Amino acid sequence: MPRPGGRRVQEKSKDFFGSTKRLILNLKPWKYMMILALSLAMISSILSLIAPNQLSTFTDTIREGITPNTNQLKELSARISTNLSQEKIGSKIALIGTVDSIGEEEVQKTLEIMKELPNAEEEQALGYLLQLPDSVLLYLLEDIEIDKTIISVSDQVAMLRLFSRMGGETGTEKALELLDQLPDSVYSLIKPSIDMTKIKHIAIFMGTIYILSSLFGYIESYSMTTVSNHFAKNLRTRISNKINILPLKYFDTHETGDVLSRVTNDVDTIAQNLNNSLATLVSCVTLFLGSILMMFITNWVMAITAILSSLIGFSLMFFLLGKSQKYFAASQEALGDINGYIEEIYSGHNVVKAYNGSKSAIKDFEELNNKLYETKRKSIFLSGLMQPIMGFVGNFGYVAVCVVGAILTMNGYITFGVIVAFMIYVRLFTNPLSQIAQAMTNLQSTAAASERVFEFLDEKEMASQEHIMKHLDRSKVKGEITFKHVKFGYDETRTIINDFSVAVKPGQKVAIVGPTGAGKTTMVNLLMKFYEINDGEILIDGVSTKELTRENIHELFCMVLQDTWLFEGTIGENIKFNKNSVTEEQIWEACQVVGVDHFIKTLPGALHSNVGDTDTISQGQKQLFTIARGMLEDAPFLILDEATSNVDTRTEELVQKAMDKLTEGRTSFIIAHRLSTIKNADLILVMKEGNIIEQGTHDELMKKKGFYEGLYNSQFEKTI
Amino acid sequence: MGKLFKNLTKKDVSCILISLGLIIFQVWLELKMPDYMSSITRLVQTEGSLMKDILLQGGYMLACALGSLLSAIVVGYFASNVASHFATVVRSKIFHKIQSFGTEEMKKFSTSSLITRTTNDVTQVDMMIGMGLQMMVKAPIMAVWAILKILNKGFEWSILTAVCVAVLLFTVTTLMIIVLPRFEKVQKLIDKVNGVTRENLSGIRVIRAFNAEQFQGERFEKVNADLTKQQLFNQRCFATMNPIMNLVMYGLTLGIYVIGSFLIQAAGMVDKITLFSNMVVFSQYGMQVIMSFLMLAMIFMMWPRAQISAKRINEILDEQVTIQDGKATLSTKEVGTIEFKNVNFKYPDADEYLLKDISFKVNRGETIAFIGSTGAGKSSLINLVPRFYDATDGEVLVDGVNVKDYKQEELHNRIGYVPQRAILFTGTISSNVAYGENGKKNITKEKIKEAIRVAQGTDFVEKMDGSYEAHIARGGTNVSGGQKQRLSIARAIARDPEIYIFDDSFSALDYKTDATLRKELKRYTKDATSMIVAQRIGTIMHADKIIVLDKGKCVGMGTHKELLKNCDVYKEIALSQLSEEELKDA
Repeated sequence: MPRPGGRRVQEKSKDFFGSTKRLILNLKPWKYMMILALSLAMISSILSLIAPNQLSTFTDTIREGITPNTNQLKELSARISTNLSQEKIGSKIALIGTVDSIGEEEVQKTLEIMKELPNAEEEQALGYLLQLPDSVLLYLLEDIEIDKTIISVSDQVAMLRLFSRMGGETGTEKALELLDQLPDSVYSLIKPSIDMTKIKHIAIFMGTIYILSSLFGYIESYSMTTVSNHFAKNLRTRISNKINILPLKYFDTHETGDVLSRVTNDVDTIAQNLNNSLATLVSCVTLFLGSILMMFITNWVMAITAILSSLIGFSLMFFLLGKSQKYFAASQEALGDINGYIEEIYSGHNVVKAYNGSKSAIKDFEELNNKLYETKRKSIFLSGLMQPIMGFVGNFGYVAVCVVGAILTMNGYITFGVIVAFMIYVRLFTNPLSQIAQAMTNLQSTAAASERVFEFLDEKEMASQEHIMKHLDRSKVKGEITFKHVKFGYDETRTIINDFSVAVKPGQKVAIVGPTGAGKTTMVNLLMKFYEINDGEILIDGVSTKELTRENIHELFCMVLQDTWLFEGTIGENIKFNKNSVTEEQIWEACQVVGVDHFIKTLPGALHSNVGDTDTISQGQKQLFTIARGMLEDAPFLILDEATSNVDTRTEELVQKAMDKLTEGRTSFIIAHRLSTIKNADLILVMKEGNIIEQGTHDELMKKKGFYEGLYNSQFEKTI
Repeated sequence: MGKLFKNLTKKDVSCILISLGLIIFQVWLELKMPDYMSSITRLVQTEGSLMKDILLQGGYMLACALGSLLSAIVVGYFASNVASHFATVVRSKIFHKIQSFGTEEMKKFSTSSLITRTTNDVTQVDMMIGMGLQMMVKAPIMAVWAILKILNKGFEWSILTAVCVAVLLFTVTTLMIIVLPRFEKVQKLIDKVNGVTRENLSGIRVIRAFNAEQFQGERFEKVNADLTKQQLFNQRCFATMNPIMNLVMYGLTLGIYVIGSFLIQAAGMVDKITLFSNMVVFSQYGMQVIMSFLMLAMIFMMWPRAQISAKRINEILDEQVTIQDGKATLSTKEVGTIEFKNVNFKYPDADEYLLKDISFKVNRGETIAFIGSTGAGKSSLINLVPRFYDATDGEVLVDGVNVKDYKQEELHNRIGYVPQRAILFTGTISSNVAYGENGKKNITKEKIKEAIRVAQGTDFVEKMDGSYEAHIARGGTNVSGGQKQRLSIARAIARDPEIYIFDDSFSALDYKTDATLRKELKRYTKDATSMIVAQRIGTIMHADKIIVLDKGKCVGMGTHKELLKNCDVYKEIALSQLSEEELKDA
């Protein structure tokens, strides 16, 4: 059954901090678990602040491993140049003619080139030398050892030849292709190599961070779930127990739905938000502050850029949030209206039909429906904007950081790494803000919900009974009741029973009659000490009810009420109720007395049939069950508060006979609508507007020709 | 679900189509952004890049972001309009349909279920369209597009991404399979907690009288513990979802980099650069692929719920209403007569007859009363006159014409019906008394006053704040039961009907008011025919004709005196309420 009004609109609490403080105090039994959970949430966030930095180091490491090792190449060229320097090769040149492998022609060419060499600049020197024939170069050069790699003379020559083909091109794809053709010894020297040990370390480190943060996240969720559910259970128990110790007066002024909504909706709100929002808030705030801190530590100009650029977006977002909240509330209200309206129309369907009210109902409905359409449309639209705007804010911040960063880099203020780091910070910074906003609204409604729960738990309880020492044993009570100058009013200001006195002897049958709303039930309430009397005394066997505990009084009375109260369970359980010692035989016996034994036997499960099955069990039969329940309570006093009003008159007569048997020897109070049932009472109290206006036996009252007589005769007046 | 979509108008459909185009555009822009992002990154990281280039790339990227934002706004606008409009149309259809329902259909669905269907279920479908459709369109496009971008960029990476998607989908499905059915269980347990609390509140006096606080407390603790246990299980299961999702997503990025570094290390100088840029692209689009699969998974989670809601809505819209209007406007020969001819009645799905072979006729100005024990069929009988139900066999005639031949509106124009449980609507005293249409002119203020006077309501109405215009709260909670009943009777009087039907309508009144009211009523409605169901002999003993019902059968018919002589059941009832002398006196 939906609650009219649908989902509750985000409520604002009256005293946010007070309620939150109280909530936290109530969470004390779980404090260690909560501290653990929240610290883990924090650590988890801090870990995620570390991770991006590691990722950028990772990228850098790989990047470094892509570019060829030009230093080695320079070193090699330098060494070759030295080897070919004039001083070193001078002697060799002189002996060139004597080398077998070099032909005459080649000697000539070499000498020519060598003549030019001294005039050439150092850079051109290598170029000149490259013009030398291979055989000469092989003769001139020596093996070079760099980083324990020996580069043979022939490899050197091959390399030099490759370079000459490369010409001016460096870094292009063609150049890279040529590099791949270098002789192995040289290639291994200049080959770009990723620092795999470093990679391994970073990967393991990051993996650990991720796993830890997930693990912490899980432990955090797990503990918060445990805390919030146990807390919810605890609250529900407290509310349920509180119901038992509140005076009935409370329930006169508060609706059932109100208490119910505290047990379920409010407790649910608290539990859910505790479960989700609290940890989110902690981790988001950590992330938010952490990223601000990291940004400022890294570079303040960039930090301000990032914050400012996001701020524009956020102000827009909060503006929209406020606007959409308004429409959201309006659409919730419209939904509530429509819910209320259809509930009314659907439950009054027969009347609507019989009075041809459908047309106007449809007209009214369409109006409400259109109102809902207008508000809903706007609220969905505005709240739907939030995510795209957040995305845009993120992108905007990203570009801003890049541009400002680039300017700063060019001026030499910062290094590239800073920009890369900021690109990540700006994301970390913008993401949690919207979550914080959401968590804050959730906490608001948590505060409002806990306010309502605590308000209920704080309600004034019934007077303490600790000082009460007397006890009446129900097997020894004679059954005498005296009202002595009783004064009572549900309201302090309005007394409805003024100075009422009467003495009821053991075994008497007292009837209370009067029109609806005359306060007949008030007498029962006072007898049962459901309410405290303002003045005067009610004495049971001479003992004032003020000196007896409520439980003791209840023990002495057997009460059957007009409303057929049954709980979800079997017929047997309902009749037995809380009297564990009652046997099945006794239950059958009671059923037989009230005449429902036949009916129960026709049910497939007999005593074990469920009472919730309303199709087969009528209101009258339910009433009989409650009477049977009362029969099992072997108490000296009996109260029947319109106990037979749901039973048709023929059945009533049967029950009446049973009742008469039951009332034998017991002092009984009977409230009845149908005057025929109480004519044989020993004492009839006639009530009107809260006062007892007449009292006596049926015959006495009839003779008196007062209110009772009129009431009685009105049953038979000729009217139709 | 598909069936419900037929309620979309042409305008809605064109909005959806435009949105579809815009969503594709949006996806294109969103997938373009990583390109600009990486070129900005490259420019920033390369020494000697020109400011101009960075600004240009940044500008492109912002343009994409802005374009995506704008199209998201437009799509959002269309989507919210279409979804809300759709919901409004469907809601209105449901309401119209329910207005045509008879009592049988109302009972079949139950009021609370109908309310849920009109609001909550529509909201479910509405949400599915508003959010789901956007996602449903976007997610596959995004997934396919992103996959296309990374296709052929690296076999190893593709495998890794596929594994990650598989792990995620597996996790989500497993969780759903485990937890979803348990959600229903939780709902039932919440209902139980509510139920026991409701019991504790409604039975507070009984519980205290029996000192059964502890007994009920234990019952509450049991359901409370059950609920907590189930909730804990569900939420603990769910607690695994986020960490696993994070782990997989971060793991994917890390995995791509680790695999990348090995691939690059092994590759030749030329391939290294290509591999590196592929790796960067992959890490960005791989995430997009995962995201879009997650979105799809979310839709699959939402879909069944919306589907169930759609089914429940269609059940109403497809319901065959059993009670249909008769063919034409009729002129009748008789006025104010009611006749039952061999009427049998049972509920459509029941085996046992509630009414068996009932025949009688009432003439204009007469009063007929029905008495019998609970469940004897009194209410069922009079429900056949305004056609809340149709007789299973036999004929019910009003003014000599079978009720099935009337247009319902015309039939109801002749009848003033007062239900057992008085029903008031939010509004004023006057709006409640003048409720509905009677086929004649509007009900005047004087008429309202008069009706309230006859119904013995003048005293309390004039004492109320605002008197005849006094506010009536929802469900009439601000007036007492007896007052409600009197207003409900006044409503029937204000209608000026030929036939009054009182379904145990006097029970909430005390004897005195009951008597005066009926006296006044009799004087006021001399020409009208009345049908009265009652429990009290006193209420009906002066009727022109009394029908005694017992287990659906007519066991006696006649006046009070006749019945006392020749009907045992009647005598028994009478004796249980009055003494022998009183019966004689009367």
